[in-house]
Amino acid sequence: MLADAWHYIATHPQQFATALGVHIAMSASALALAAAIAIPMGLVAARRAGVALAAINAANIGRTLPSLAVLALAMPILGTGFAPSLVALTLIALPPILTNTIAGLIGVEPDIVDAARGMGMTARQILRRVELPLATPVIFAGLRTAAVQVVSGAVLAAFIGGGGLGDFITAGIAMMATPLLLVGAIPVTLLSLGTDFLFGTLERRLTPRGLA
Amino acid sequence: MISIRGLTKRFDGAAAVDALSLEIGAGEICVLIGPSGCGKTTTMRMINRMIDADAGSIVVGGRDVTRSDPVELRRSIGYVIQQVGLFPHLTIAENVATVPQLLRWDAPRVARRVDELLALVHMAPDVYRDRYPRELSGGQKQRVGVARALAADPPVMLMDEPFGAIDPITRASLQDEFLRILRELDKTIVFVTHDIDEAIRMGTRIAIMRAGKLVQYDTPQAILAHPADPFVEAFVGGDRALKRLSLLPVDAFRANAPPPANAPRIARTANLRDALSLMLSAETDCAAVVAADGTVAGSLTLATIREALVVRA
Repeated sequence: MLADAWHYIATHPQQFATALGVHIAMSASALALAAAIAIPMGLVAARRAGVALAAINAANIGRTLPSLAVLALAMPILGTGFAPSLVALTLIALPPILTNTIAGLIGVEPDIVDAARGMGMTARQILRRVELPLATPVIFAGLRTAAVQVVSGAVLAAFIGGGGLGDFITAGIAMMATPLLLVGAIPVTLLSLGTDFLFGTLERRLTPRGLA
Repeated sequence: MISIRGLTKRFDGAAAVDALSLEIGAGEICVLIGPSGCGKTTTMRMINRMIDADAGSIVVGGRDVTRSDPVELRRSIGYVIQQVGLFPHLTIAENVATVPQLLRWDAPRVARRVDELLALVHMAPDVYRDRYPRELSGGQKQRVGVARALAADPPVMLMDEPFGAIDPITRASLQDEFLRILRELDKTIVFVTHDIDEAIRMGTRIAIMRAGKLVQYDTPQAILAHPADPFVEAFVGGDRALKRLSLLPVDAFRANAPPPANAPRIARTANLRDALSLMLSAETDCAAVVAADGTVAGSLTLATIREALVVRA
């Protein structure tokens, strides 16, 4: 059966490469977009305790929505194809990044911020030199969770015509052709594991030496 | 050096600091003390505008604090807190370099200053420069905290219970050490504590506060001798006579008369409390005062100690 899957890839290299490329491009763009939205949002929300709590609660509700439901909801509004899939995946990636950004900043000990302020750092300097470095490990843990969710969630993009490795899986299920299903499933699994490993390494690399 | 007039701060309508006035001379260590909630920390934090005053004025070295840019002001005033607040992601050297870097000193000057300060607080620069805060003990962290506050050589230092989180044995030696360093550097210091023994030990003058008001402001000697009211009397404790004796050096009460042959020996640099304890345990009423080289410099009698306790204005 694995041999059949391999045979399929070998005979359709172009089709496989395109699907893999779309999958990665879609995941990476969704993650980048989500980070670009959620990290600044988190920085702002963390300033006020009430807003931070509300944001975390909203994000947690967002998290409970199944990825498929998000995609299904995106379709009637945005139609089908790559762009709606991208939007849906971005929505899926937002909550973990947002909650972790807020948690990371709130977790910085108030005494450390007090000392920084008392020595004459401006708010911007405190953020750049103290709060962000100290929150980095937590923010990165959020990015890691989001990345893995997006890579696996991108499989569902096939349902709304977004392309990617999910195409093989849906086709495999429809045609009851397990080898074809595996052509999608195995690379997605490896991609998820690889993403987790990559972000885990980055997380360790970017954790300041004095912490840990 | 620091002149506080009519300083008032209200939180939710209640006055935390109520029309407080205080003059602190250059080179003095002014200890703010009182029960929790008396407004001592609030008062201190208004000096570098960590908290903004509602009314009154604070002038530091001729400059009106309430009209200064808070960021620039804070860079010119040393700031030490109980929890130290070292930056855990930065090395000891980087921590100490914080204010010089904010002031944009050039790198060689910063490096020189860091080593100088670490040596000053007895942290061998070669050993500790590149370590991280989590590798240090509580006492060592506060040494670095003080070095960091001294970095840009500010004339005024604010210290909020700097030894509060440190074990009693280390605390006593740190108190002595920092007292020596700060006197040598001729800093004007506002020091907040709730420990009366610490206040007596460190203070040039002690400001006793209650409910946002100044109850008594005087030298440790004078406060122990003449507590202004029953609150102060209770606050300084029932053993205030002994505390006062501990502030008086043996040498100042030494008589030239030679001591009896079998008299117990006390160092010139000791205090009268030690001398009293020695005489009581030796069951004698006269001690030999000896110099550092062991030669007898005179005598001290129990009667003299009793006289010393008689209040002199």
